[in-house]
Amino acid sequence: MRAWFEGEGFLEVETPARVPSPGQEPHLDAIAAQGWWLATSPEYHMKRLVAAGHERIVQIGKAFRGGERGAHHQSEFTLVEWYRAGAPLDAIARDCEHILRVAAAAAGADATALGVDRDFVRASVRDLVRAHAGVELAGDESAGALREKAVAAGAFAGTPPPAGTAWDDVFFQVFLDRVEPHLGRPGHPTFVFDWPAPLGALARRKTDDPRVVERFELYAGGLELANAFGELTDPVEQRARFVEESQLRASRGKATYPIDEKLLAALAVMPPTSGVALGFDRLVMFVLGATDIREVVAFADDEV
Amino acid sequence: MYDTSDIRKGLKIMMDGAPFTVVEFQFVKPGKGAAFTRTKVKNLLTGAVLERNFRSGEKFEPANVETKTMQYLYKDADTFVFMDTSTYDQVQIPDTTIGDSADFMPENINVEVLFFHDRAVGVTLPNFIEQAIVETEPGFRGDTATGSTKPGKISTGATVNVPLFIGVGDVVKIDTRTGEYIERVGRA
Repeated sequence: MRAWFEGEGFLEVETPARVPSPGQEPHLDAIAAQGWWLATSPEYHMKRLVAAGHERIVQIGKAFRGGERGAHHQSEFTLVEWYRAGAPLDAIARDCEHILRVAAAAAGADATALGVDRDFVRASVRDLVRAHAGVELAGDESAGALREKAVAAGAFAGTPPPAGTAWDDVFFQVFLDRVEPHLGRPGHPTFVFDWPAPLGALARRKTDDPRVVERFELYAGGLELANAFGELTDPVEQRARFVEESQLRASRGKATYPIDEKLLAALAVMPPTSGVALGFDRLVMFVLGATDIREVVAFADDEV
Repeated sequence: MYDTSDIRKGLKIMMDGAPFTVVEFQFVKPGKGAAFTRTKVKNLLTGAVLERNFRSGEKFEPANVETKTMQYLYKDADTFVFMDTSTYDQVQIPDTTIGDSADFMPENINVEVLFFHDRAVGVTLPNFIEQAIVETEPGFRGDTATGSTKPGKISTGATVNVPLFIGVGDVVKIDTRTGEYIERVGRA
């Protein structure tokens, strides 16, 4: 994998593991480290390197997320994160196709059985939700309106979430109940593109439809392998989203983190860029056919 | 009340008015979204298995169910009579509740009886029982075709496919979940 990145002209970088401002995502919890935090991803510092003129950078390193433990989750895990300045999001999707091929070859896995010997399936969130849940997703409807539509379509497998549930929670209930079981079936790795704007995080809105953002998730072999953004480089909109996410965290009783002013300053001079984080442990699971992340790490969180 | 952090295999919860037990569970966090617990749950009344995804913090009523080890004594018309092995209390359970379990429930066997709101709603047999064959055709010496079987009846009246060498009085081990012969374990 390193050789592939080198051949593509990437510079391998290292960024700090302990940071004053970890990711603001409302559903990630950073682990405290002497007044600072262990980085939930290297994203902010890598963007600062892109803004400083490094057009193709990759990092293979540890990330830390508190409270995550499951067959596909460890609190400490390995991310492969890379950025291409001046490239469209689809260039990153192509990179992912190459990386999965490289990993399959390295593991001696059957590329045809894994479905990595051909172009991956590409689908949009709206099309998937319409096809599997019967819900017409706009992206700018209120949380209440989305809930009503989903109830009317019978899109919840169990009890519908209570009135007043946030947009993203309503969406993900439908997504898990109806859509995700169909994604990345064996032999059919799938890119899920065009996420609704409320799930935008650090992605820019699409110019031809601002209700969705330039983002994809890669599903393969029942695993969520990678998350990519056409990176938002507007420091004003990014600040507004950080403030909103921070308020959301506070309202849910979660720790709040200081806004990364150095990142916002860098965004102002950052070129249009696409980037992705790919879970390395899950990639190994995928090519080896492992069903629990414990099978691919020497020491699971509870064995350290 | 339970919430999603209490979910474990075997946890018994109320859902849609029926008692369920958790068969499988997994922590999931889709697409940078909130944490969910993906589960397979089994309806304790019907045996149907469903997949459900619970939002973190979602709350459940505990299912008012209890299992007791009870000894099956005898059948009386349409009911089966059981005795609680710790209190010696006797309860009667209608044959509609026992269903096909009766096939592999010989008298005096200990079973797990499931109570929902103090009413018996089902029995779970041991996975294996050992029973004497009470009726079967004689085997034919010299018939060496492998895999050949014949019907053999046990005391409950149920019939199991047994190898040709098994005769009346042989005790055989049976898997109660599949009704299959496992091996010969001795003579009655």
